[in-house]
Amino acid sequence: MSERLLETGCHAAALAVRSARVDVVAAYPITPQSSVVETVASMVEEGTLDCRFLPVEGEHSAMAACAGAIAAGARVFTATASQGLLYMHEVLHMVGGGRLPMVMANVNRAVFPPWALLVDHQDSLSQRDTAWMQMYVASVQEIYNAIIQGFRVAEGAQLPVMVNFDGFILSHCASGITVPDQEAIDAFLPPYEPLWRLDPANPSSYANVTATEYYGKHRAAIQRAHEAAKPLFIEAAASYRDHTGMWDGDLLELYKTEDAEVFIVAMGSMAAEAKLSADALRERGVKAGVVRIRVYRPFPVEALAEVLPEGAAAVVLERNYSFGLNSGILAVELKSALYGRKNLRIFDRVMGIGGQDLTWAYMARVVEDAINGKEATSWQHE
Amino acid sequence: MATRIKDLPADEIVLSGNGACASCPSTLALRIVGKALGSNVVMLLTPSCTVASMGLTPQMAFNYPAMNVCFATAASSASGVMYSLEAQAMKGRLQGELPTVITWTGDGGTYDIGFQALSAAAERNDHFIHFCYNNEAYSNTGVQRSAATPAFAATTTTPGGKVEAKKNMPLLMLDHRVPYMATASLAYPADLYDKVVKAKSVKGLKYIEIFAPCYPGWRFESKDMIKLARLAVRSGVNLLWEAENGAITRFSHPTKGLVEGSSQPRGLEEYFEAQGRFKHVMTPERKEAFLSGVEAEIRAEMDLLRGRQV
Repeated sequence: MSERLLETGCHAAALAVRSARVDVVAAYPITPQSSVVETVASMVEEGTLDCRFLPVEGEHSAMAACAGAIAAGARVFTATASQGLLYMHEVLHMVGGGRLPMVMANVNRAVFPPWALLVDHQDSLSQRDTAWMQMYVASVQEIYNAIIQGFRVAEGAQLPVMVNFDGFILSHCASGITVPDQEAIDAFLPPYEPLWRLDPANPSSYANVTATEYYGKHRAAIQRAHEAAKPLFIEAAASYRDHTGMWDGDLLELYKTEDAEVFIVAMGSMAAEAKLSADALRERGVKAGVVRIRVYRPFPVEALAEVLPEGAAAVVLERNYSFGLNSGILAVELKSALYGRKNLRIFDRVMGIGGQDLTWAYMARVVEDAINGKEATSWQHE
Repeated sequence: MATRIKDLPADEIVLSGNGACASCPSTLALRIVGKALGSNVVMLLTPSCTVASMGLTPQMAFNYPAMNVCFATAASSASGVMYSLEAQAMKGRLQGELPTVITWTGDGGTYDIGFQALSAAAERNDHFIHFCYNNEAYSNTGVQRSAATPAFAATTTTPGGKVEAKKNMPLLMLDHRVPYMATASLAYPADLYDKVVKAKSVKGLKYIEIFAPCYPGWRFESKDMIKLARLAVRSGVNLLWEAENGAITRFSHPTKGLVEGSSQPRGLEEYFEAQGRFKHVMTPERKEAFLSGVEAEIRAEMDLLRGRQV
């Protein structure tokens, strides 16, 4: 029987760890963290989660321990946020470049300095080129769903998945969620069968020094694996719907895009809020829709080119800066993805930095201003 | 009954054709360690001479599954491997005796960048053996100073001689009260062998530090590697002991005689004379003061260790 529960995002993540039958969780609970790690630790101690919990002394060690644990053949999870994610950076490259499939929950929180506690996406977008796949979710339910789906895609693609969810808005707020029957999850996510492992019966080296020729081949294979993962995300979302009846989108989530002329492009919880903005804009005669980028890496180039029509307006709303480019990161990616494929008017609006509240009304006004050519006033911090 | 060198198993985990320097102490140490551990081992390596010499993928000179990890993470990676093996055994996916998990690091990967993760693993008492082959510098990358470099030694980052004293890493591990730890020397391979055999049998975090005279780093003749290792022990520079749970349980020969006062340290001058890195203090003007300073430090260290016996 599936269960209907009232849970915070952090607790939903821990429930997903249990449903996914994770073997090892190595994590550090601070820098800053969320209650994901302590919930996992409590479940292990209570005996309701059959896994080994490794309480390390920092996130750099957390990710290193995860790498070792995967290489030895286990299904592995960790959680982090903000500075903790940044502190992992070197080892993120190792796990991503090393083709070690795992899932990490990252609670998106603003980065230092100055200290801030609330959401923006600077932390995870700063890890863009570590070879990790990245998902951005828009609800507490989707945190649970994406972690389960993430394991299936990670193990299929032999690449790690980072499931990003917004600090406080999703991590700390409770919402009604459905936890499917364990049999349904087991049918969707079979036990982990590693392709290789550190095995004394079959001694081999892993990540050893190699010649340029092999290094180049290995790096090219990472890129091919990202491309090959796109259909895996699509297939996983469809299969998950078959097994659980739940659907959050696949590479993208689309809202009223069929007849839209103005597209709001966003990630995370603000993309859920943007559905209300689109409704409001439609009441004012602007045919608006929402494209939520659910899978950010691999970047859904083809899916975006398919959904966005020639000549339309796309307004990118995003919680990050690409400093020195007078832009957010997502708008740059969108322009790059569409260049030579579709000719659109693309507007970029950085907002919600450090957790500044984003209402549907505010976002609707920003979109309206953007398409009407009002430039400066729409930047929230000017 | 201590093992004799001719009784060591013929098994070799270091295969022929590796890229180590002539008389490389870390490679020789690994040979002896492999004889003591047998074949059921998983090995984690951090950047070091060993990594630089273990062969380029797709070749490898060791007969162990060997994973290269980030420099700071020997201990945390090993913890991850061990927890993973234990979790799989707990769930019935692995049967039989679990592999011995070992780290293989230099002094940089232990004293400096690897210290935090090692300290944490020792505090958790995770079940693996941490090996440090201590060649007292970053020899692989051009002989830069490390926290294990002794005072006055010239390195490429201390060309005039290091000003600071070395970190007392064995004492720090002793104060982590790990269930078993030992210091060892390549001049006493059977003693090293016995210590590794013992470490394998103990549950929890084990620390073994092997003193590793490095001829390019220390600037002596490669044929003298074992001689330098022996002089270091006889002179008291390298004291050989074992400890369990924060207390020293045994001093090995010949350290035992030095600590108990039944024999006197010897060969200190010869030890330093042989090394180019101390040339600037082994001058007629400076030698006497330098050597008497070192002698005083050795006496103080022996006093300290005596007080830490069971």
